[in-house]
Amino acid sequence: MGNLHDRVKERWPHAVLELHDDRGDETVVLMRDDFTVIMKALKEDPEFDFQMLMDLTAVDGKDLGWKPRFEVVYHLYSLSKNHRLRVKVRVNERDALMPTATTLWAIADWFEREVWDMFGIRFEGHPDLRRILMYDEFVGHPLRKDYPHNKRQPLIGPKN
Amino acid sequence: MEVKTLEQTGGFTSKLDDMVAWARKFSIFQYPFITACCGMEYMSTACSHYDVDRFGAGLPRFSPRQADVLFVVGTISHKLAPVLKHIYDQMADPKWVVAFGVCTCTGGFYNNYATVQGIDTIIPVDVYIPGCPPRPEYVLDGLMKLQEKIQIEKKAY
Repeated sequence: MGNLHDRVKERWPHAVLELHDDRGDETVVLMRDDFTVIMKALKEDPEFDFQMLMDLTAVDGKDLGWKPRFEVVYHLYSLSKNHRLRVKVRVNERDALMPTATTLWAIADWFEREVWDMFGIRFEGHPDLRRILMYDEFVGHPLRKDYPHNKRQPLIGPKN
Repeated sequence: MEVKTLEQTGGFTSKLDDMVAWARKFSIFQYPFITACCGMEYMSTACSHYDVDRFGAGLPRFSPRQADVLFVVGTISHKLAPVLKHIYDQMADPKWVVAFGVCTCTGGFYNNYATVQGIDTIIPVDVYIPGCPPRPEYVLDGLMKLQEKIQIEKKAY
């Protein structure tokens, strides 16, 4: 029995691309194909017992030259074991699609809508994937690095 | 013909405009449109320490149809802008607008995709109170400037 991320690596050696525990934050990078199965096991297996999805967000690595361009980041927390794990999945720009986590954690609903709104990453199987922060008329995804920082799309008023 | 002085007649002369304006400036019914942290400063101004009732502005109305002055307190996003315009349109004339805090004046430091760069791009503003957030003294100063403006303004009645 090693650290948490080592145990994940032992159990799914083919699915874990990378792992580290920089400053004590245990992190695994998973393949997208195995994501749903592993997340289900992380939630339901008493060894891991991650009842809570603390946060779900994404990072755009365009300016850092990342390939694939996006990383979708999940922060998991176990109330019973008091341990945490960060799970990352890399997503291409051309194929910006993730399996949904709403079937496991209901909170993922709004998080995934936010990631769709801000980064334009779609979540397959999400019950209602609409924008959550911006308005429906908004074009594009503002937290993508190629969204011009001075571009404005007001509903009313001057287009400054 | 004998001309009586003001003291002899026992009355005084004035203009109806001035009297109506005087009455208006001491009965400011505000509609507080509060969206952000400036609201805290608005509340402390409205409470007993600073007591806006001294200026006749002690009764906020929570319906725009009963209000004279729209206090826009806090950051306005583009998503919210149509709502603010709708509130403004619902208010009966004569009406005034106070931009409370830098976010409403210019957008403040939120120069980004989401924030309206000054509410005067959407609705006319009478008094700007800058500050992040403005101290209650600034707010009272702004309120007195609004009273001066109401006094000299000629609005229909």
